[in-house]
Amino acid sequence: MSKRKVKETHMPVGECISQVQMILRERFCHQRLPEKPVGMESQHKHLLELLRRTAVHGESNSVLIVGPRGSGKTMLLNCVLRELLEVKDVNKNVLPVHLNGLLQTDDRIALKEITRQLNLENVVGDKVFGSFAENLAFLLEALKKGDRSSSRPVLFILDEFDLFAHHKNQTLLYNLLDVSQSAQAPVAVIGLTCRLDVLELLEKRVKSRFSHRQIHLLSSLSFIQYLDNVRSQLSLPQDFPDTKFYDEWNDSIKTLCEDQLVVDVLQSHYNSSKDFRSLHLLLMLALSRVSASKPAIKPTDLLEASRVCMVDSKANILHGLSILELCLIIAMKHLNDIYEGEPFNFQMVHNEFKKFLQRKSHSIHNFDKPVVIKAFEHLQQLELIKSMDSSTAKIQKEYQLMKLLLDHSQIMEALQKYPQCPTDVKQWAMSAFG
Amino acid sequence: MVRYFTRLRVRRIYKWGGRPYIFDRKLKSYGFEYLNMSVEGQEAVTTVTPGQYILIEGNDDEYPFVAKLLKLFGDESHKQKKALVQWFLRLSEVPQNKKLLLGRSPHPQEIFYYLGRACDDEINAESILGTVHVQHVPEDTPFPEPGTKDTLYVKLSWDTKAFNVLDPVLMQDTSASTPPKPAPPLFTPCASPTATPVSRGPVHHALPTPDPTVMRRAGSVSDTRATMSAGKRSTLEAESIHSASKLSASKILSAKRRGSAADTPGVRKKLQLSIGASPGKKMTRADVLCELLDEEMESEKVVSLKLSSSVSHSLQHGCSLSPMRSGCKTPNGQRRFPWKLTSISLDRLSPTALGEQDFSSDLLLAVIPLALEDEVFEAGLPTDAGSANTPKKRQATPRRNYVRGQKPTTPSRRKESAMAIREPALGVLAEEDSEDSPMQPIALTPRSKRKSAQLVSLRIRKQLNLLDNTQELISDGDDDCFVPSKKELQSSSNEEKTDSEEETVAKKTRGRNCKTSVRTPHKTPSKKVTPSTPRCATPCIPSRTVPARQPGNILEEARARLHVSSVPESLPCREQEFQDIYNFVESKVMDGTGGCMYISGVPGTGKTATIHEVIRCLQHASDMDEIPTFRFIEINGMKMTDPHQAYVQILQKLTDQKVTADHAAALLEKRFSNPAPKKETTVLLVDELDLLWTRKQNVMYNLFDWPTRRHARLVVLTIANTMDLPERIMINRVASRLGLTRMSFQPYSFKQLQQIITSRLNKVKAFEEDALQLVSRKVAALSGDARRCLDICRRATEICEHSASHPSSAGLVKMSHVMEALDEMFSSSYITAIRCASLQEQLFLRAVIAEFRRLGLEEATFQQVFVQHRTLSRVEGLQPISVSEGLAVCQRLGACRLLLLEASRLDMLQRVRLNVSQDDVLYALKPVRD
Repeated sequence: MSKRKVKETHMPVGECISQVQMILRERFCHQRLPEKPVGMESQHKHLLELLRRTAVHGESNSVLIVGPRGSGKTMLLNCVLRELLEVKDVNKNVLPVHLNGLLQTDDRIALKEITRQLNLENVVGDKVFGSFAENLAFLLEALKKGDRSSSRPVLFILDEFDLFAHHKNQTLLYNLLDVSQSAQAPVAVIGLTCRLDVLELLEKRVKSRFSHRQIHLLSSLSFIQYLDNVRSQLSLPQDFPDTKFYDEWNDSIKTLCEDQLVVDVLQSHYNSSKDFRSLHLLLMLALSRVSASKPAIKPTDLLEASRVCMVDSKANILHGLSILELCLIIAMKHLNDIYEGEPFNFQMVHNEFKKFLQRKSHSIHNFDKPVVIKAFEHLQQLELIKSMDSSTAKIQKEYQLMKLLLDHSQIMEALQKYPQCPTDVKQWAMSAFG
Repeated sequence: MVRYFTRLRVRRIYKWGGRPYIFDRKLKSYGFEYLNMSVEGQEAVTTVTPGQYILIEGNDDEYPFVAKLLKLFGDESHKQKKALVQWFLRLSEVPQNKKLLLGRSPHPQEIFYYLGRACDDEINAESILGTVHVQHVPEDTPFPEPGTKDTLYVKLSWDTKAFNVLDPVLMQDTSASTPPKPAPPLFTPCASPTATPVSRGPVHHALPTPDPTVMRRAGSVSDTRATMSAGKRSTLEAESIHSASKLSASKILSAKRRGSAADTPGVRKKLQLSIGASPGKKMTRADVLCELLDEEMESEKVVSLKLSSSVSHSLQHGCSLSPMRSGCKTPNGQRRFPWKLTSISLDRLSPTALGEQDFSSDLLLAVIPLALEDEVFEAGLPTDAGSANTPKKRQATPRRNYVRGQKPTTPSRRKESAMAIREPALGVLAEEDSEDSPMQPIALTPRSKRKSAQLVSLRIRKQLNLLDNTQELISDGDDDCFVPSKKELQSSSNEEKTDSEEETVAKKTRGRNCKTSVRTPHKTPSKKVTPSTPRCATPCIPSRTVPARQPGNILEEARARLHVSSVPESLPCREQEFQDIYNFVESKVMDGTGGCMYISGVPGTGKTATIHEVIRCLQHASDMDEIPTFRFIEINGMKMTDPHQAYVQILQKLTDQKVTADHAAALLEKRFSNPAPKKETTVLLVDELDLLWTRKQNVMYNLFDWPTRRHARLVVLTIANTMDLPERIMINRVASRLGLTRMSFQPYSFKQLQQIITSRLNKVKAFEEDALQLVSRKVAALSGDARRCLDICRRATEICEHSASHPSSAGLVKMSHVMEALDEMFSSSYITAIRCASLQEQLFLRAVIAEFRRLGLEEATFQQVFVQHRTLSRVEGLQPISVSEGLAVCQRLGACRLLLLEASRLDMLQRVRLNVSQDDVLYALKPVRD
């Protein structure tokens, strides 16, 4: 071992930790592409071959990458593109055009963006000149002039492909796919979408021109693989400067993944969703609890992180309510029980609340009606209750029909955790009928 | 080069002259010796006699048809006037793909003797515009120097296939009847002036070589000269009091401008130097002047005659012209440069003057001499711009008074106005301008000036565009001279700008506000003309550095052949349809009539491909001279942003013009409804017809109405998917015009599909026979879409290649590979998606089904399903999830469209539906549970 290396092994812990944080955060925030996409080897090969043929042979193709959100569609594509551009004679020979259905909301914008990215001759600086019709004619003319062997292949990458299908007449899709099916400039149209029924969105002529190649990214990851993945995601790379810390960290991760508590947490996560994006969120939260004084991830960190991840959003809102508002919610819950989910109005809730005040309440004194209305309106603003009819102007406020957007379990849970909740209120909530 | 005021819509009156002689007894037609034509409201009469070369009204206002008049005849009633002609072609009329056959860059004034038979040589005599000079140039001699722009040169003949050397005999009969160099047409039959054709020759030679600086200075002059061709016609037709009175204001202006440009003695000296330094011929100044005068006289004699003004007057002009004239010696390749210059200086001129800019440069001829030679020069060398201006102004004032006073024309003014209008290139603009803006610059408010200025500048830009296009067509190798000319243009414009600014200041001090106000609004538009927008951008994708690799092995070869884009050698299985369409189009082309055809069929049944094949065959036939030539244009409803863009695209493909939709519709309407000789049949393919539907259906109406016009010669082939489209979406008058010529392409049967693949593969052995049959049967059963079939085969070759251990060892594509490809393309992914979903997601799907069963409905709210979900998870022994998590699960399923959801702002109350059948869900979930 060289002297330098020995010297490096004695990096202070704080520095090591910041190194770890940096490496892992890059990984979790998807800033760096993984070495190789996990669990999608065949899809990777298929896509790479396809794009390589476009780049090298000038063969036009079209393909859809379909998979649920967070399944790694963009990651796969980016990996393939990275690999493709590493090939020497491909590097200078392809023109990637990235479009996103959320950004290019209609064909006019999309065309300008394509022209800009291709840097055709009607682009000056960053501006594209000409009207919509001219732009379309210009682009089509440009593509028509090209031929298989001499012009550079263009890779059209359409993120959120399904949104392009909502454009008027699907002009853009028709034209791109038509080019891919005719002897013009070689193009590859790559669509990314999470909709399984995307082909049904395409107009029949557009559909006929699409090659019907679909690459499905549906992860059939087992829990064991999932666990392995967590371990590798948390492990440090081999080129970590401090070897001692590297060993320690990796050992700690190994033991962490064998801990029963951790396995349980991960299992519930796995049950909920298999995608890596939610896993990364969890690991990120756990990672941020690592500090110089606590230089490893403990099982409790992960547990806490998972609690943050899985917390019910509305329970939190309920904790912030006043006693009066809470009482109104309980009154609504009872009304729901009585009328089996039928909508209610303020007057009903107020009556229920008054009944409670008369019969059972010891700690809460009477509120004026305007105060109660105010509390009711506040609940509406928090969207804990929702008005049923849209035409709010016609009906008086007190008589508008409302529905509660809370589950009973949420209410009961909130009551348990509510700080200094009066017992009579609790009892009222738990009692069967008002 | 030659431009006529057809937009002006001057009415011409045609009268037979001479004694009629019976020409054909049977048809009772009479021949005539000559034809007198005059413009309404004017006395001048032009006489056309057989043997002369004439211009004939055509599609293009700028380039009328050229022909030689052979015979004039009419019928008994003398109502119909007909003429027999021998056609000449301009290069622009030669089909685009044949232009290269010429093998050299054409002379801008070159025309070709037409030997084809496709054109009707009998024309309506009332479409004759006037006469023109045509000169036969022997094959090996170069074209004469372009001194007079109104002479056209014939060197070659064109027989629709190739350019041949023109047999001089063909031209001789004319030279027998007319002098060797055709005399300029007689404008007044009574008193023909001493038009000395001989004088022309020397003039060409006498022109000195231009000094570059002088050229630049004199650019606008040379331009006028260059563009002035058959100007006499325009004098006859378009002389109007309007322009005459407008003229004087602009004249002064231009005089000033010119004066300021020339007020540095250096420049002036150079001008003279350039004359002295003329190569070859040494001559005294007087010689030059004389010769120039001669030429000038020739071009002006009409005017002078008509106005009966003294010849000496025009002589004065001629003399003073000399320095500027040098510009017109510009080699042809550089003609673009002066044109551009015009436009620039145009822009800087006042809006009204702008219209007349064309003649303002002419005016230079008149005014500069007066201002410069007489006064500035004699008064001694000017020291600055201001002093240079003074004498001019004095000179100018009386003319201004005319404008103010609107006095009846005086001879001198008339003459000048005539000169002014002689400028043909922008004459149209000038006329239009005079129409919509009053001629008195003083009377204009600055606002309206600006408006009209912009209008004019817009037109000019349009014009320029056109010019650029046509010039590009004419000269391919001129790109190098294009760039420098641009530079010069800018530099000169800069100079002039400063000049004009100085002038403005000078004027202001003298309280001549009208002039400044005229001038100022124009500065903004002039900026627009500077080439900031890429107007002539060529659409192209950058080319690759390394050429595409050719297919290496059999499978790659097969894949290349199976790609939909590869054009097959023949189209199998569509023989009947091919024959029908072929016969239809061929008969229409042969008869020179028009018609419509509607073709329907589901996607991927070879509709467009068949028509393209038909057109290819017909083109071949017309190349072989079996049928007349025709033009094929294609539009696609999907490839335009708006149905009305169809007009724009058709017009652009027909004439290379870029105009707005409304204007294009008008032009096409004119084109298809007016009789024009030499019109070839147009075959128009309208793909995806249903997208041309508009509320009023006027686009479709026009498309189907044009073929029914008598002179249209238009064949329209329309394609759409549905068989009953005419009945479904077209209103009666449109459907009726579409007619009943219909054809429907049936989906391919499995045998046809198999044949298609086999013919495409063409003996490349890559597939097992059974595998092919499987694919074709499967596709035929589903859609009969050939594209699908080819795509599947292509995918199968890929699978085959991947499955083999080594790419080269891959054998034939077998059943298993095809099966896999079919599975990939046709199997629904829902079941796999459900199987791959997370446990909670699967549980939620089961909860949905359970809730549906409980409710007996196919719809439930999230709240209801969530209760079920919680129960189920208890049964499964899972920890129940929170509502937020449940909603997240629900949304994930909704994003994949396994569930259909309402908007998520409804939160717990959103309704949930299954997008898959319940059985599928249960089937997919079963193995997981076991």
